[in-house]
Amino acid sequence: MTKKKLSQKLGVVIVGHVDHGKSTLIGRLLNDTNSLEDGKIDEIKAVCERRNVPFEWSFVLDAFQAERDQAVTIDTTQIFFSSSARDYVIIDAPGHREFLKNMISGAAQADAAVLVVDAAEGVREQTRRHAYMLHLLGMKQIAVVINKMDKVDYNPESFEAVSKECEAYLGSIGLQATFIVPIAARGGDMLSDRGDNLDWYKGKTLLEALDSFDVSSPPIAKPLRFPIQDVYRFEEKRILVGRVETGILRKGDTLFFSPTNEKAVVTSIESWPDNDQIVEVQAGQSVGITLSEPVFVERGHVASHEQNLPMLSNVFQANIFWLSEKALKVGNTYTVRYGTSEARVSVQSIDTLVDTQDLGKQDAAPEVPKNAVAEVTLRARDTLPIDPHKDNDKLGRVVIYDGYDVVGGGLLNMDGYPDQRSSDTPKSENIYKVSHSVTPEMRAGMLGHYGGIFWLTGLSGSGKSTLAVAVEKEIFARGKNIYVLDGDNVRHGLNADLGFSPEDRTENIRRIGEVAALQANAGVIVLSAFISPYQQDRDRARMAAPHHFHEIYVKADLATCEGRDPKGLYKKARSGEIKEFTGIDSPYEPPVNPDLVVDTEGNDIETCVKQIVDYIEANVQVGKIESKEEKIRVLK
Amino acid sequence: MTQHLDDLEARSIYIIREAYARINPMAMLWSIGKDSTAMLWLVRKAFFGRVPFPLVLLDTGMEMDEVYDFRDRLTKEWDLDVINHMCPPEEDMDQTLPPATRAAMRKTEGLKTLLEEHKFKGVVCGIRRDEQGLRAKERVFSPRSLDGSWDFKDQPPEFWDQYKTEFPEGCHVRIHPILHWTEVDIWKYTQRENIPLCDLYFARDGMRYRSLGEKNITKPVPSNASNIEEIIHELETTKTSERAGRAMDKETENSFEKLRSQGYM
Repeated sequence: MTKKKLSQKLGVVIVGHVDHGKSTLIGRLLNDTNSLEDGKIDEIKAVCERRNVPFEWSFVLDAFQAERDQAVTIDTTQIFFSSSARDYVIIDAPGHREFLKNMISGAAQADAAVLVVDAAEGVREQTRRHAYMLHLLGMKQIAVVINKMDKVDYNPESFEAVSKECEAYLGSIGLQATFIVPIAARGGDMLSDRGDNLDWYKGKTLLEALDSFDVSSPPIAKPLRFPIQDVYRFEEKRILVGRVETGILRKGDTLFFSPTNEKAVVTSIESWPDNDQIVEVQAGQSVGITLSEPVFVERGHVASHEQNLPMLSNVFQANIFWLSEKALKVGNTYTVRYGTSEARVSVQSIDTLVDTQDLGKQDAAPEVPKNAVAEVTLRARDTLPIDPHKDNDKLGRVVIYDGYDVVGGGLLNMDGYPDQRSSDTPKSENIYKVSHSVTPEMRAGMLGHYGGIFWLTGLSGSGKSTLAVAVEKEIFARGKNIYVLDGDNVRHGLNADLGFSPEDRTENIRRIGEVAALQANAGVIVLSAFISPYQQDRDRARMAAPHHFHEIYVKADLATCEGRDPKGLYKKARSGEIKEFTGIDSPYEPPVNPDLVVDTEGNDIETCVKQIVDYIEANVQVGKIESKEEKIRVLK
Repeated sequence: MTQHLDDLEARSIYIIREAYARINPMAMLWSIGKDSTAMLWLVRKAFFGRVPFPLVLLDTGMEMDEVYDFRDRLTKEWDLDVINHMCPPEEDMDQTLPPATRAAMRKTEGLKTLLEEHKFKGVVCGIRRDEQGLRAKERVFSPRSLDGSWDFKDQPPEFWDQYKTEFPEGCHVRIHPILHWTEVDIWKYTQRENIPLCDLYFARDGMRYRSLGEKNITKPVPSNASNIEEIIHELETTKTSERAGRAMDKETENSFEKLRSQGYM
């Protein structure tokens, strides 16, 4: 009977310069740990003989070359093997420069890294680049292998020289190699067996080195962070779901939600199929909880204990790697995601651009090109709950999106930025809780319907005003109190002091959101028809009256809207007569998760009007539902 | 081991909930086999016993009788919403393909007609990285063009559990919640959770099915493993591949690659 194995798989990423022998190392390691299928080696031998080339261990990995792929269990991306101590999954990282994104995808999920360096060539461009990425990804467990010792006659001095060179570079970026092992992957020396050629080396073999690494354990000792992934409602229960990222969450705990500053007590931790009385869950677990109070909570909010709150800020720094052909530039807008939060940010400054080769730093660079590394300052429209990476390595890292694509990522730091929580007064209590003696139900009883906000958003010319007018007429004709808020009745009075700069647009929408909330609370069905181009602004309007708010996307593409151009505005924008016109020289952000989409391109007006009317009717009806609460999923 | 299974489960549930939060409308492919049935169990865990999206069997009419029986049994017992989607007939497939590949192509085409009919933006699939070399290349959220084709040479980066969840009109995404599981993991989890299974997996007369496919292109393998315990023991000692009984994977050298790049699961 073999000794008891460690229970968790260790993820290992293999990185290094092209042709320094990563694939050979993996092929040989699989063979030497008896992890290849029967006949695999004979198969490769036959292929090599047929092609008249010497036997190649790296062929083991070449899954896409079909003639060497016969329904195998291995691949260049994820390969499973076992030592006597534990199971491993190797995440191979191709060394070509343009494959940096694959390397990052691989290294980001690994527990440990093997950096392969050619004994004859020493540290090269990608050795440095990959090492720097490991540093940026927070990798702590690193084994350096000095490969191809056979090419330098297994000479200890060559090993020493290259080791020193590696240590010097790693040290300069704050990394330390846990082990440096001389190997000859082709012959199998010092992988799982010591071999006969490197007797002067007394340290661990590569496999022994890997066996001594730990699987990253869940950070239960850190302050609790429970980012809300979704809110489900069924029967009488409202369940908040998500993964506990750090710390421990117990039944009976008082949770504090950011950024809303709401508080509630955990009344249950849900489970299925057995409704066990779970009293405690911890970092790494995907869970569901119920609360004592119906506080407003939605995806992206972060629950913590009352002590050790995350910071709140609308500006933060990040050390990032950039993967897109389109350079990152000051002033550009991107989406960042971390945990379950998502925010639109613009680049305020590029503070330093780092050259991974000589570690030279360029201050105030104009842009960050593809595959470069930089420190940047990002500004969001709203305050966000933020944990710097040094405090929380799960939530302190962001992925950056441009449109549909992942374009970069990095680690958050808040050095020099104050926590803005104190200046952010909890206004929620005054708004969400009914302090009137007249309840919404009483109002609805008198009016025959509930209030609500039906927020149309879409490009100029998408049909918002046309639809609003027609819908108002129809709903009013059915005896309901509906009122359209649009530019005409707002811009001339309430918002007469505002222009069309991004800041003024944001303020414009903020005020309209507040007015709509007051009206809806008074029992009015509010239909608003504003371009409202920014998701954050619409989200804020939602926050003013979350249980009333419905985001309706009036959808038509730019070409269609420009073709319609009912007010001749696009023409003026194109000629430069109007500046910062949405869709032309100012962005429009389509709703991320609208409550209703009305396609005015594919449907005639009558169809669209009916769609909205039906939707409103269903949502203001008395008796059927107590009006909508947050963005929750009703599960049957 | 139980900690390991807990970790796998937590990650899968996170992925399933992430898909549900981000992608609408979506569906899950339920082939009735061990993997997608274990995945269905994970879905029920994620939603506390509910399955908040339809399940789809891409039906060629050629599944084994026991598979249909098992589908009917679970559909009733678990009160499932199952779309039994008929795949286009074999005559409609590219006749230059070898026979088993052609049979498998029916599922690819069935998936296309399913997407056209139901406009699903996301499809949850129970594939695993350790099954086959090409599947190992997959992302957890894997975008496809409308015709289902997969550009495995230029996949989006994916890291830190942040997935690509938004796509241009006309694309869909395959979601792979059990990509990180191995065959043995599935069996150990099935055993621990006591998840029901089709009998064909258990040996009768010295043969059992290790992987279930259509009756014309799937063969049982020699085995005496008649319960899960024995299957786990068998897997921990064998070195033959799971899909050894699946003809379509290896009719020609790159038949599976061809199938997948055209949209096969």
